[in-house]
Amino acid sequence: MTNPLLVELSRLQFALTAMYHFLFVPLTLGLSVLVAMMETVYVMTGRTIWRDMTKFWGLLFGINFVLGVATGITMEFEFGMNWAFYSHYVGDIFGAPLAIEGLMAFFLEATFIGLFFFGWDKMSPRAHLAVTWMVALGSNLSALWILIANGWMQNPAGAVFNPDTMRMEVTDFVAVLFNPTAQAKFVHTVSAGYVCGAAFVLGISAFYILRGRNIELAKRSFVIASAFGVAAALSVIVLGDESGYTITDNQKMKLAAMEAMWQTEPAPASFTAFGIPDMQAHETRYAIEIPWVMGLIGTRSIDQQIPGIFDLVKKAEGNIRNGLVAYDALQKLKKNHTDTEARAVFDKTRGDLGFALLLKRYVENPLQATPEQIHDAAWSTVPSVPSIFFTFRFMVLFGFALLAVFLTSLWYTMREAEAPRWLFKLALCALPLPWLAAELGWFVAEFGRQPWIIDGVLPTFLATSELGVSDLILTIAGFTAVYGVLAVIECRLMLQAIKKGPDAVNEMGSFGQFATTSGAGAAAPAE
Amino acid sequence: MIHVLFDYTTLRLIWWVLLGVLLIGFAVTDGFDMGVGALLPFVAKTDTERRVAINTIGPVWEGNQVWFILGGGAIFAAWPALYALSFSGFYLAMFLVLFALILRPVGFKYRSKREGIAWRRNWDWALFVGGAVPALIFGVAVGNALEGVPFHFTDDLRPIYEGTLFGLLNPLALYCGLLSLAMLVMHGAAWLSFKAEGPVADRAAAFGSKAALITAILFACGGILIWLGASGGYQVTSPIVWDGPSNPLGKAVAVNSAAWLQNFRATPWLAIVPLIGIVAPLLAAAGFGARRAGLTFLASKLGVACIIATVGLSMFPIILPSSTNPNDSLTVFDASSSHATLRNMLIATVIFLPIVLAYTAWVYKVLWGKVSSTTILKAGSSAY
Repeated sequence: MTNPLLVELSRLQFALTAMYHFLFVPLTLGLSVLVAMMETVYVMTGRTIWRDMTKFWGLLFGINFVLGVATGITMEFEFGMNWAFYSHYVGDIFGAPLAIEGLMAFFLEATFIGLFFFGWDKMSPRAHLAVTWMVALGSNLSALWILIANGWMQNPAGAVFNPDTMRMEVTDFVAVLFNPTAQAKFVHTVSAGYVCGAAFVLGISAFYILRGRNIELAKRSFVIASAFGVAAALSVIVLGDESGYTITDNQKMKLAAMEAMWQTEPAPASFTAFGIPDMQAHETRYAIEIPWVMGLIGTRSIDQQIPGIFDLVKKAEGNIRNGLVAYDALQKLKKNHTDTEARAVFDKTRGDLGFALLLKRYVENPLQATPEQIHDAAWSTVPSVPSIFFTFRFMVLFGFALLAVFLTSLWYTMREAEAPRWLFKLALCALPLPWLAAELGWFVAEFGRQPWIIDGVLPTFLATSELGVSDLILTIAGFTAVYGVLAVIECRLMLQAIKKGPDAVNEMGSFGQFATTSGAGAAAPAE
Repeated sequence: MIHVLFDYTTLRLIWWVLLGVLLIGFAVTDGFDMGVGALLPFVAKTDTERRVAINTIGPVWEGNQVWFILGGGAIFAAWPALYALSFSGFYLAMFLVLFALILRPVGFKYRSKREGIAWRRNWDWALFVGGAVPALIFGVAVGNALEGVPFHFTDDLRPIYEGTLFGLLNPLALYCGLLSLAMLVMHGAAWLSFKAEGPVADRAAAFGSKAALITAILFACGGILIWLGASGGYQVTSPIVWDGPSNPLGKAVAVNSAAWLQNFRATPWLAIVPLIGIVAPLLAAAGFGARRAGLTFLASKLGVACIIATVGLSMFPIILPSSTNPNDSLTVFDASSSHATLRNMLIATVIFLPIVLAYTAWVYKVLWGKVSSTTILKAGSSAY
């Protein structure tokens, strides 16, 4: 069996690089659309303040965008580098959306982003507006394809295991594309990106208003961000991706872990607002429950039951026993591909093959597993309930807090009277919240999927490359160092641009007169 | 007709060709960006000159780089076993490439956002590393593919790589690395002399003609070395099942020092490809001397394409040979995706690739024109 330390380090590296990448992606998603909306107003009204806004927010967009691109390169190659068995096992399905993402979406945004910055004097305003929308469209389509790939990891629809090639193969590509889990994830994630963009523009505009500078730009930006933010935050909450959690047993397990729901309750289930889940005792202490809410969120109905952890584990045990039949038939097929009897057995039971693989954590040959080991393997399908339970709650809390901030901002901007200063302070303080919520959301979705890398198909601990622990330590240290330095540089450039305000457009290259030496621009970094 | 096109054997051949198209697309577009990066410290001395060099590729490198990302995605989708094996096998080399390619976008974007001599000098180094290191490593990777890579599969088809980072640095691989670096330096110089004006273009032409000559010589000598049997070749000795399941464990492969030239012996007219791979860089070298920038760039493109195509043609049908367990080598007919995935991906490619090429051409047209120190200083408005 693969060295467990190697598995943990591979997971750590993936988490670090993915969560770092996801610091930049949501802002790219949201800000690209906001910038395109601002430029649309400019082209429709011809008022130059909107062009200045487009260029200023576009400058900040560019500083952020480039790190999203740079860290995205890592993601595209990390599957092959660190997850070689995974790549071979599911590449037939998982690779396609990644390739189509490059072809359909990433080419679009990356080709047009050059024109967005460099093309202002080279084309008509309408043509430039079209270019900006292409960048926004490209970013959003990119998210669609990545989430189709990710959605398949959560709900592996439209594919079966082929014993002749020892891997999963696609049987229904349309089912992969229109995977309901992927759809729910796409809407939820893109909306979260819009919330990020809106909170970013809102917070920085509030900063200018508090300082009494760049008022024209800041006030307009504040209005557009608060309106966009309300719509985005409503969408992120109403179209939350729990709706995708009732589709498969493993997704149901994640839902049960999020709610620390050990026993199946009569529908509609109550929602545990607070509690301390105990993994050993299999119970939640000090639970404060709100009747009905969970059933409504989870099933969008009042009569459908949400299964609890105990029932799901019992079901998993059955899956494991069935999976062992498939595993046994597969061993026979490996020896003799023409064994029709084994093939018939395998075809009937192959859906549960992945469950038998769970036993490899306890025993080299799953067919020799004891009943205790089968019992343990069934319980290993329960992810870490306390971590999922709390991260989910904080994500939801931040989501509602952001909705409140956007609603209050919109309320005041629609009135004649001057908005109070506390509102702008609030908007500034809310700035980090969407990032926290997005990272927590990633954690709930991916950590909650454990022990599976592909739900019900392949356990994470079998999926890595056969590398040395020292290789992993070296690359984790390397990525941490490079990413750390880049984060510092990015923040400094961002702050420098924000401090200068719209003048930064002229001073920091990309659309402005470059070489002026006034202000902070002359303050080169000390070495 | 459609039926033949969508037959499994044909699809595998099409995807083998598309793999080549992707690698060539990457090398002729992002290749000149890397060449410019590698040349940056040598062709541009002052800050303005450096900005001239950087801004010749400023608006297009990002789109060009997508060829690399798409290459990763397409290999994953169409050749999952190759993706799994090569990326995990060349682990630390891949990490170096990633390291260099992460620095590069940031270098372009951030370099001119601050004044500071140290700031800009550091980013210039980042751009140099981001150009030279991947150019070298890609060649090393191809060299290892020719030499054979130490790997095998378990009966679960778990890929196991048995080599080390230093094992990658064998003489043939280093030779290919140098060839790849020379080739992309030639290509970058061709772009600079086409797109830049003034001293940057002059120096680029001087470097370019040398690099083009070295490319032609290294490539020709490499062919002779292989002909003399300096590097082992691999040959499938069992009957090939063209449309069988993609399982690399069911065939026999033998080491045969004449194998890499076998396809050219069997089909002599294919030799036109390596011939152009020698003649085109020579033409480019002459073009640099005569300062015919447009023709030079075309010759350089053609040379890059034919040199890469030569490798594919001489290895066919093998994609990645195993030096320790030759029978486990990956071939076109046992390492692809399923029939359905190859078909779906082909449909997506046929729809989207022409669109991509169309808008890429449009963007290059909009940005048509030379970059000189005057344009940088005047229109510094739209420059990195």
